[in-house]
Amino acid sequence: MELFIIFLSAAIVNNFVLSYFLGICPFIGVSNKLTSAFSMGLATTFVLVLTAVVTWLINHLILMPAGLDYLQYVAFILVIASLVQFVEMFIKKTSQPLYRALGIYLPLITTNCAILGLALFMVLRDYSMMESIFFGLGAGVGFTLALTIMAGIREELELADVPKPFQGVPITLITAGILAMAFMGFSGLI
Amino acid sequence: MDTQFIIALATMGGLGFIFAGALAIADKKLRVEENHLIGEINEVLPGANCGGCGYAGCYDFAVNVVEGKAKSNGCPVGGSETAAAVAYIMGEEAGEVVRMLPRMLCRGGHTEAVNKLATYYGPLSCSAMDLLSGGDKLCFYGCLGGGDCVVACPFGALVMGENGLPVLIESLCTGCGNCEKACPRHVIEMHPADRKVFVFCKSLDDPKTSKAVCSVSCMGCSICARKSEGGVVMENNLAVINYDQLDPEKVPFDKCSTRAIGMINDN
Repeated sequence: MELFIIFLSAAIVNNFVLSYFLGICPFIGVSNKLTSAFSMGLATTFVLVLTAVVTWLINHLILMPAGLDYLQYVAFILVIASLVQFVEMFIKKTSQPLYRALGIYLPLITTNCAILGLALFMVLRDYSMMESIFFGLGAGVGFTLALTIMAGIREELELADVPKPFQGVPITLITAGILAMAFMGFSGLI
Repeated sequence: MDTQFIIALATMGGLGFIFAGALAIADKKLRVEENHLIGEINEVLPGANCGGCGYAGCYDFAVNVVEGKAKSNGCPVGGSETAAAVAYIMGEEAGEVVRMLPRMLCRGGHTEAVNKLATYYGPLSCSAMDLLSGGDKLCFYGCLGGGDCVVACPFGALVMGENGLPVLIESLCTGCGNCEKACPRHVIEMHPADRKVFVFCKSLDDPKTSKAVCSVSCMGCSICARKSEGGVVMENNLAVINYDQLDPEKVPFDKCSTRAIGMINDN
């Protein structure tokens, strides 16, 4: 039950994108097509879960015993960068079209603050291994959810008669704000 | 303090080493064979990933160059040096980008398209004229003479001639193509500079109308198409040059009663 609450909290109530405002760059950048938004969400989820596992291991087995807590940031960034590199190779191997569609945003997962945020939250809240995995999964599902909803809205928005100064990113940011407000409705859930 | 430092160094070094090893193995397993030209072009590009070329980044631009979708001189940041390097890798003539010049494919100025549909009062702009029932000429395909191309030219290479048609100053032209985009009638086309034979008319009117509205129109008599053995084809009452098969020797320039087909600079 504890694990489920952590999952639900990360996915919906404290959604990484819509309530912590982490990972806005891909949220705006890749949310113009439903399929690529969903794929981006899955790729990020994969990185998030792997990051959760690997950073937990490194933090608890290497950094903390050696008294190197102050190296957490550097070590986490190293882990994230390597994992993203791996995911990039994997996607390039398995799906060229997807690799093209994600474009520059794929290597930019490295600098996606949602992932570093996840690793640091984990440390801050002193999660166990299992809790970390569910936290990562929840964050990934939440990220995918936000991206997919946004892409769905933006596909409809293409057909709308948006005033010229608001076309493109401005209207997207306004939509994101309204979406975030809607997600505030979940705040009493847990 | 010293041991602390060494522990930190060893830990981070070790971690880095492990990840590097894992990635090296992954790279071997997951390597995708791709055209080596892509990597080479990517090397010579500025690497700013600015998107100025219209692609997602330098790498994407390199891919499109190799696939022939992007031009070797498509990187506005790198300028001519980068263009030369990219062209060299692609095996094109090193640095020699084919010079493109705008060609004005209408000769119906004030003295040729004499009869007017109406008198035009309004902003002297082709796009405005084109919106408003198509300007004052009877021909709905030719140059409007409003000078949108002259305004669009950033280099001052186009001036409005006395006859109401723009005149190109070749020495100032950089081949940017802004005039081509500015022309609402599409009578300006970009062509390689060594291309000399053109049909100087865009009119799709039937022969009778063509003759009535303008003295230098292509009336669609198709004599050039019959004599030139595929070099000229007829499309909707208009002679269109098929440059792949064109042999200028075979085109009967003197048979064209309106001189609509001809060499550039021969009028």
